Amino acid sequence: MDSMLEVRNLSVEIGAKEILKDISLVINKGEIAVLFGPNGSGKSTLLKMIMGLSGYNKTGGEIILKGRKIDGLSTDERVKLGLGIMYQHPPKIRGVKLNQIVSFLSKNQKEIEDLSERLSLKEHLNRDINLGFSGGEMKRSELLQIILQDPDLLLLDEPESGVDLENISIMGDVLNNYLKKENKSALIITHTGYILDYIKAKRGCVMINGKLWCVGSPKEMFESIRKSGYEKCKECHEPERME
Amino acid sequence: MNQKEWNNQFEPHEIETISSSGMDLSEKERSGSFLQKDNQVQFYRSLSEGIEIMSTEEALKKLPEVREYYGKNFSLLNRDFPKDTEGGYFVRVKKGKTVELPIQACLFLKAQGFKQKVHNIIIIEEGARVYLITGCSASKAANEGFHLGISEFFIQKGAYLNFTMIHSWKEDVSVKPMGIALVEEGASFISNYVCLRPVREIVMYPTAVLSGDNARASFNSLILSYPGSLQDIGSRVILRGKNTQAEIIARAVSLGGKVISRGHLKAEAKDIKAHLECRGLILSETGTIHAIPEMESDFRDVDMSHEAAIGKINREEIEYLCSRGFTKNEAQSIIVRGFMDVNVLALPELLKKDIEALEEKTLKASF
Repeated sequence: MDSMLEVRNLSVEIGAKEILKDISLVINKGEIAVLFGPNGSGKSTLLKMIMGLSGYNKTGGEIILKGRKIDGLSTDERVKLGLGIMYQHPPKIRGVKLNQIVSFLSKNQKEIEDLSERLSLKEHLNRDINLGFSGGEMKRSELLQIILQDPDLLLLDEPESGVDLENISIMGDVLNNYLKKENKSALIITHTGYILDYIKAKRGCVMINGKLWCVGSPKEMFESIRKSGYEKCKECHEPERME
Repeated sequence: MNQKEWNNQFEPHEIETISSSGMDLSEKERSGSFLQKDNQVQFYRSLSEGIEIMSTEEALKKLPEVREYYGKNFSLLNRDFPKDTEGGYFVRVKKGKTVELPIQACLFLKAQGFKQKVHNIIIIEEGARVYLITGCSASKAANEGFHLGISEFFIQKGAYLNFTMIHSWKEDVSVKPMGIALVEEGASFISNYVCLRPVREIVMYPTAVLSGDNARASFNSLILSYPGSLQDIGSRVILRGKNTQAEIIARAVSLGGKVISRGHLKAEAKDIKAHLECRGLILSETGTIHAIPEMESDFRDVDMSHEAAIGKINREEIEYLCSRGFTKNEAQSIIVRGFMDVNVLALPELLKKDIEALEEKTLKASF
C-alpha cells in the first residue's frame, strides 16, 4: 500500500531537552492511526514537527509526505501538499474573522453554510477567531476549518477535549464522513477515547517519554490504558516498528 | 464643483489623494461640502436644509453671534492660539436637525513650502445629530508643507457630533492640529482619527470638555507610522459634569516610525466612567511606540481604567494562519489588517466602507 506519511528516526529537542527520541512511524493512504500517551510525552510535538511549526530543533531523522521529503518546507508549502491540522489550543486573533479564513479555505458558499450550520457555528463566522469562544466552540471551529481545507492527511490534536457529548457525536459524524472519502488519512491524539466510537481507526500507538510503540486495535489499547495505565500498556505489547 | 471643474483645478494624483482623505467628489452621499486649497477657499455648499457652511472669515463677518464662539474654547482652558489663520470652515447645524449623510470638508496643501493655517468653528445646536468628515491632504508638489488646523467644536445640549478626520499627507509635511470640543449636557462627541499615509511630523492633543451632566466623548484612532516620521498623538477628556463618560482607544502600527500615543482622562466630578486603551504593533527594528496613559481624579466615586499593550506580531498567530495555507507574508498582512480593524472607530456604515477600502489599499502597498 502507498504510504501517506513516513517519519524516519525523528529526534527533536526543545532547548537542550530531548522531546522525541528516534521516532519512526508510517501511515498509509486511507489509514487512521490513533496516538495515546500521557501529558508531556511528546505527542503534540510530533504533530507540530510534521506541520513544520517553529520552536523545535530537529536533531535527526526525516519526514516524508506522499514520497516527498518535507523537512525543509514551510508550513504553508506542506499545506499545499495535503497536510492539515486541528489545534489543541488555537490562538485568538483580534480583528480576524473566522469567515475570512473559512472563505479562503473553500469557495463553495453552500458547503460553508451547511457545515457551519451543522457545527452550530453560523454566528461565529462573523466573530474574531477564537476570541471569547468556549473550549467546545474552538474545537468545532477547528473542525470546520480542516474539513473545508480538505487535506489528505489530518493531524488532529485532541479534537474532542472540552466538547459536550451532543457535539462530540456531531463532530464524530462529520469527521467520519470525511475520512470515509478515498485515501484520506489521519493521525489523531486522544485522551478521552470518545472519538474512537465514531471513526474506524485500525491502529493505535502509544508515546511515552518521547518514544513510540505502535500496536493493534486502538479500542483494545484504550481499554488497557484505562485499566492499567500507560506503563503497563507498553509492557504488554511487543514494540512494532513500522519502517 | 463638477467632475470637469475638479479636473481643471487638480492633477489626477491630487484628486486621488483628496479622495483618499475621504472626499466624495460626486457629493452624492454628502450633505454639504467645503474645499480649501492652501489659503484659498475654493467652494462650499450646503445640500440640506438646516446646515450652514461657509468660511470662518465670512461667518465672522456675516453672523455677529459667531464672534462670541471664536476662541471661546481656548479661553475656557486658559490657552492661547495662533490668530494668523486664513480660512477654515464654519459649520452650523440647526437645533433638532438630524443629518443622515455626512458633511465633508477638505483642506488641501498644494504650493511648495506653503504654511496653511486654518481656524474651523463647528456648532451643533441643541438636539441636532450630524456626521462630519474632514480630509486633510497634500499634493506631490507641496514639498516641505505645513498645516496648522484649529478646530473649536460646540456640541450643545443633547446634540451628537460624529467627527472623522483623515490625514493623507506626504513624507515632508509637518502638521499641527489643535482641537477643543465643548460638550454640553447630554451631548455626545465622537472623534475618529485615521492616518495611514506617510508624514514628517504630527503633533496633536485634542481635548474634549464634558461640561454638562451625562455628556460623553470618545476618541478613536488608527495610526500607521512610516520610517522617518514622528506622530505625537494624544487625546484628552476633562469630565466636568456628573455622570459623564469618556473612552479613548488607539491602535498604532509602526513600520519604522516613532509614535507617541498619549491619553489623559481627568475627573472633575463624581460618578464618571472613563476608559483608555492603547495597542501598538511594531513591525520593524527601527520602530518606536511610546504609550503614555494618564488618569487623574479628585473624587472617590469614579470608575477609571486603562490598558496598554505593545509588541510584535505573535508568532503563534502567524503559524496558525500558515497552517491553513496562507504564506507568512499573507498571514502577517491579515493580522495587521485585523489589528487595524475599522470597527475600532465609531463610523457610520457609509464611511466605514470607504475607510476599509482605503486601509486595504494602503496596507496592500506596504506589505
